[in-house]
Amino acid sequence: MTPAAIDDTTLYAVLAPFAAAVVAPILTRWFKHNAAWPLAIVPGLIFLHFAGFIGPVSEGQTFVASMAWAPSYGVNFSVYVDGLSTLFALLISGIGTFIILYAGGYLKGHPQQGRFFSFLFMFMGAMLGLVLCNNLISLFIFWELTSITSFLLIGFDHLRAASRRAAVQALVVTGGGGLVLLAGFIVIINATGEIEMSVLLSSPDLIKDSGLYVPIFLLVLGGAFTKSAQFPFHFWLPNAMEAPTPVSAYLHSATMVKAGVYLLMRVHPLLGDTALWTTVLPLFGGITLLVGTILAVRMTDLKLMLAYTTVASLGLLVMLTGTSHEKALEGAVLYLLAHSLFKGALFMVAGTIDHEAGTRDITKLGGLRSAMPITFVAACLAALSMAGLPPFIGFIAKEVLYYGTWGWLELGLPITVTAVIGNSLMLVIAAAVAIKPFFGPKVDTPKHAHEGPVLLFAGPVFLSVTGLGLALIAHTTGVLFVGPTLSSLLGEFKSIDLHLWPTKINAPLILSVITIGLGIALFTQLDRLRAIIAGILAAIGWGPDKGFDQFVSGVVGFSAWITRHLQTGKMHTYMMLTFGFTALAVLLPGFLTNSLPAMPKMPEYRFYEWGIFFIAILGLIAVLIAKTRLTAIVSLGIQGFAVALIFMMFGAPDLSFTQFMVETLSVVILALVMTRLNLSPRDHRTAPAALGTGVIAAAVGLGLTLTLLAITQQPFDSRLSEFFTEYSRSIAHGRNIVNVILVDFRGVDTLGEIAVVVLAGLCVLALIRVRTKPEPDSEGSEPDVVQTQKAEAR
Amino acid sequence: MRTIIFRTIAPYLTALMVLFSIFVLLRGHNEPGGGFIGGLIAASALAIFGIACGVASVRRAIVFHPMSVAGFGLFIGALAGTLSFFKNQAFMTSQWLIFDLFGVEVPLSTPLVFDIGVYLVVVGAIGSIALALEERETD
Repeated sequence: MTPAAIDDTTLYAVLAPFAAAVVAPILTRWFKHNAAWPLAIVPGLIFLHFAGFIGPVSEGQTFVASMAWAPSYGVNFSVYVDGLSTLFALLISGIGTFIILYAGGYLKGHPQQGRFFSFLFMFMGAMLGLVLCNNLISLFIFWELTSITSFLLIGFDHLRAASRRAAVQALVVTGGGGLVLLAGFIVIINATGEIEMSVLLSSPDLIKDSGLYVPIFLLVLGGAFTKSAQFPFHFWLPNAMEAPTPVSAYLHSATMVKAGVYLLMRVHPLLGDTALWTTVLPLFGGITLLVGTILAVRMTDLKLMLAYTTVASLGLLVMLTGTSHEKALEGAVLYLLAHSLFKGALFMVAGTIDHEAGTRDITKLGGLRSAMPITFVAACLAALSMAGLPPFIGFIAKEVLYYGTWGWLELGLPITVTAVIGNSLMLVIAAAVAIKPFFGPKVDTPKHAHEGPVLLFAGPVFLSVTGLGLALIAHTTGVLFVGPTLSSLLGEFKSIDLHLWPTKINAPLILSVITIGLGIALFTQLDRLRAIIAGILAAIGWGPDKGFDQFVSGVVGFSAWITRHLQTGKMHTYMMLTFGFTALAVLLPGFLTNSLPAMPKMPEYRFYEWGIFFIAILGLIAVLIAKTRLTAIVSLGIQGFAVALIFMMFGAPDLSFTQFMVETLSVVILALVMTRLNLSPRDHRTAPAALGTGVIAAAVGLGLTLTLLAITQQPFDSRLSEFFTEYSRSIAHGRNIVNVILVDFRGVDTLGEIAVVVLAGLCVLALIRVRTKPEPDSEGSEPDVVQTQKAEAR
Repeated sequence: MRTIIFRTIAPYLTALMVLFSIFVLLRGHNEPGGGFIGGLIAASALAIFGIACGVASVRRAIVFHPMSVAGFGLFIGALAGTLSFFKNQAFMTSQWLIFDLFGVEVPLSTPLVFDIGVYLVVVGAIGSIALALEERETD
């Protein structure tokens, strides 16, 4: 079905969080943490906007809207609304609403709370753009924007070395993967000639038939696997736990890490259902599932346990998506929905416990159920869903995915076994998270534990109750959310029928029972299990996380080596090398190809023209014979003025004007530099050194002269001149073509150039400051450096 | 270099040069001139004033730090380009407003705003370099 065009409201909905990011610090200054209430309206409204699409989308309709961005490159800011993007948009905005509220409570009184809200909103906007963008290039831009904003969020607590390391690690891994993805998108665009996802989806075999399927597949996979923390890129995600808990909850439940899964689901109709897809994805997904759950069991920190199970869940989703089988995909969609709800709730619970009790180590917690009753109930509901028990959405998801894997696939048995082991370990973690902190005797905690404020428990309660509610109305959930999303994955309309309770005893139910039994058995042996895993990991002693550090220190060492050899720190060497190579570059091609330009005829000159040449040459001679440097600088100015006069005579008044000013200023600044740097007034080079410099200078001069001659002997192509002469008056209302080109026709170039001027100014200023007295405010950065050294020493 | 003649004449010279630089800036769209050249003239004016009367007095005279002048220039330069968004046109599409002031046709346009941005960037960046170089620890 061709997508229907809609108005720009949806585009503005994507951009709304960015506007909120601007307002957030101001509101926070006015209302303190209560700014969360008005701010939460923004994602709330976005949620309502996308809720309006649920009806039409569940009937199989799709929508597009578009706004020109860089039309000459085919880059548009365009959205594509179908089942998959609606589901994601609802999760991002819906969970986002509660994350904003939660952040209001969690960071109450934090001096940087406004900045935090700002980052959070930018992240939300980036994520919304990512899941809705129809144009591949704008999709990539939002993709990298999520990496950058998550870098800001993870490194929010930037005074801690661990935070900084985690942020850099996440940025390097996901940002690097994003570049791989960009390469993939460019190959897609070149191979198919299409840039809009909706067009590609309407003719799904375009890529498979293009002959470039394998490189495209690998490149896209590179992006998706790094973003979704698939093995062996899984290490950055648990480290990202350095971020404040609202970020973790958001990153893990609805957003960042699911971006990779989203991408795989999005391109499934284009790239899926091939031999490569159905082997690589289930393999890596399965490994990630097992690695994630096993590492999760080892942990005792609530957040880290949940983080590793996120890795595992992502592995499960990738594994299911990789099967390309209708039933398994349905399980993936359901699990995606269930995971977003329970993981968001559990992370917020973990944060609340940390906030109110002062620790999140489960071995130091216990008996909180009477102190924190509401949080306790929310934790139980979410954990039951995570464990896959009825009547929760996690249970339905598990039933459907077992139904999909068992007996339906060629590789059904290994995939099912992997899923069973993974799910039972997931149950162990769920039980540990819900039982350990809340049951048993009351343990003394660093803070006196009590129930958090409404800002803190609103999110967990709502999300966990939704996980229950969506299961109770399973049929409606299937029609409204799962069916449309599944249709997007399959590329054809599907309506599905979901039930909460199994109608008869079949394989999935038996598998469920096995899972639950195995889970409970393992849970009773949790401490022993943890010891065994810790032992194995200690025996291996190396992991990708360590590998990342080795990689980084390797890169640093390599660049230090390069720097030592290329950047000697002597200005003289740099200048000699630069100009020497310039001379070679302009002279060699002419001599090698024997295509030197012919000597031009000398035209007739008027006497004053000769006069100017005379002045120029006089200036040059004065430079050569000057006794002091200052004289040489001024003499060089004479020569520059003569050149400016030449420009003026031959019809370039603007250029000449500029040349005059530049010459004046360079003389002034060179003179200032001389006095400032206390250079000796004379040149003390030995004669051979001066001769060497002279040879290079003469070679550059000769080379440039020859190049100019060669250029002027080409027939002149006057199309541009004609264009600007014709249009500068009529379009840009200006008679001075040079200026019109600068500020109008090529204004964006000039904007870039003035940005360079500003940056260059800042750099020069910094360099001048370095040489003189240290500024009093530069001491502010010192504690940071000391801390870094300490952290490294540790 | 601080002769009494130079020190006496420098303020007037500076004022004239700044005035001239603004003139050059404003006429740039139709005659030789424009933001870049105007900015260079104004920067030279600041440098001269600084050499004659000391950097501190220049800094006092221009109130803002020259680098923030440059930053502001960059800001309004970029801002001038965004006005076209309101008319749903591409970034940097020029907008014109031509009205009559006592019988004289006065054209106002985003390229002019942009040119002023260029002017401020050049004055600020070059000026701050020149001033920083002139500045002595004793000043």
